[in-house]
Amino acid sequence: MIKKGSWVQLHSIVLTPDQRAPQVPQDTAALPLEQWVKGWLMEDAALGQKTRARTRTGREVKGLLVAEAPGFSHGFGAFVPELLAAQESILKAAGEAVPDEH
Amino acid sequence: MSIEKSYQAVMARRNEIMKSAVGLDYSRFESGGIAFDYEAMMASPGLDIMEVKAIQADYGVGDTPLVELRRISALARKYARPGFGARILIKDEAANPSGSFKARRAALSVHVAQKMGFKGVITATSGNYGAAVASCCAKAGLHCIVVQECFDSKGRGQPEIVEKARKCEAFGAEVIQLTVGPELFYAFLLLLEETGYFNASLYTPYAILGVETLGYELARQCQAQFGAMPAAVVATNAGGGNLTGTARGLIKAGCDSPVIAASVNLRGLHMASDRAFNRKSFTTGHTGFGMPFSSWPDRSDVPRSAGRPLRYMSRYVTLSQGEVFYTTEMLAVLEGMERGPAGNTSLAAAFSLARELPREALLVVQETEYTGAGKHPNAQLAFARENGVKIATGDPREEVPGESIILPSHPGQIRCQEADLTRLREGLIIRAISEAALPISEADLHFLARETRSDTAFVEGVIRKYQEEKA
Repeated sequence: MIKKGSWVQLHSIVLTPDQRAPQVPQDTAALPLEQWVKGWLMEDAALGQKTRARTRTGREVKGLLVAEAPGFSHGFGAFVPELLAAQESILKAAGEAVPDEH
Repeated sequence: MSIEKSYQAVMARRNEIMKSAVGLDYSRFESGGIAFDYEAMMASPGLDIMEVKAIQADYGVGDTPLVELRRISALARKYARPGFGARILIKDEAANPSGSFKARRAALSVHVAQKMGFKGVITATSGNYGAAVASCCAKAGLHCIVVQECFDSKGRGQPEIVEKARKCEAFGAEVIQLTVGPELFYAFLLLLEETGYFNASLYTPYAILGVETLGYELARQCQAQFGAMPAAVVATNAGGGNLTGTARGLIKAGCDSPVIAASVNLRGLHMASDRAFNRKSFTTGHTGFGMPFSSWPDRSDVPRSAGRPLRYMSRYVTLSQGEVFYTTEMLAVLEGMERGPAGNTSLAAAFSLARELPREALLVVQETEYTGAGKHPNAQLAFARENGVKIATGDPREEVPGESIILPSHPGQIRCQEADLTRLREGLIIRAISEAALPISEADLHFLARETRSDTAFVEGVIRKYQEEKA
């Protein structure tokens, strides 16, 4: 059970596939339009339960409780050897009077 | 009374929702035909460029450095004929509080929202503009909501957009994240109705007046630092506001330099496709926005867009994703500036275009943007590889958007491709006349000539051809 007042993330369906805009391409048209919003939980609730939260602008939002203390995990990713090769080719070309592949 | 919330019902209310959410009655500028009074619309806020600069200064925005890229210019010169290879200068817009030139647009929008008494501001954007609005709202003490298209149907977030969410939250904003689809606009309209907040659209006159200072400053800086006006200015083009505002600012500084548009080539990738969403490594500055917004600017979220790039564009060039990533590395290792990558689209174009200009000419790249987790080329390429996109070193001409990213094997391979400006101009004219009664008025004819930076003979030629093909 997650306590009232906890910082959480709620998920909801904004439009079901049959409610979507007529111009969306086929692959997207078969899917719902989904939404994630963060806020403070307004009542004790368990993960996966339908509940309410108060957002930072003070709005009340409803949805399924999908995360407690949602954070960020994006970074710089795995080593990309092609970027090191790019740097080396740039430095080499800059150091030469006439670059190799003129 | 309950308000109908279906997609169709909300979209049908869009004009009345927008009228109250941007505090501007667009019908004042309409003629009843194709034409509308663009200059009257741009003058409607009643602010001259020095007043705009003063508002921006209050937010710590603007007066960014203009830096000469000596080592990059010297490298470009090695691939040019003797006597050619321009001096490349860059306006370091990453120095703005939120890390991009979008702060200029946001400062004006938030200033206006506050003056009109709005309690909060909403913006629909997955990019730097969200961070810019959130930053200015923090300084103004207004609430801020940013609505972004962030995830595919498997819940995978585009790392650059996830980073923007983090930055917006860091400025105290509420971030609403959606899966792929143009109905983001629907969710956005519902929020405007629910909250009564101001719509900080990228395409209002305020937003474009905000960019005018960029062009104005760079012309003045060129004159003061280098004793000459630019031979050309290169602008990364997506929704058209960056190019429009910059060009208008140059004119206000008495500078008639040609303005060249540059976009990343994402040909073949549908912008509203769930499958294609995480197969692109650029979230802005690309042809997926640049082409449609050039040939029809009024597809934006306001009735009449203040960003009308075909009026000011002298050329339009495209670059591959690999060329822009490569140039981003060049800026880092030769100039000590870690920026971009999307903002470096115009720099990649300049590296190629410098070869066409004499060596004393000044070629200005009018923006940089901040980089970091999620945004950095390493983050984007690692993510692309995880999503099955092939990453290789070779000939960037062989890149297929969504399938591969080819980093050049040497700088001489950076060669921008010419986009067909005539086709974009024709597209705009045909779109305009297809919804109008023919023959069109003299005023509409002149308007379309101005819209396409052409003349009435060109417009008449396109109309004739259209009618013949229709008959």
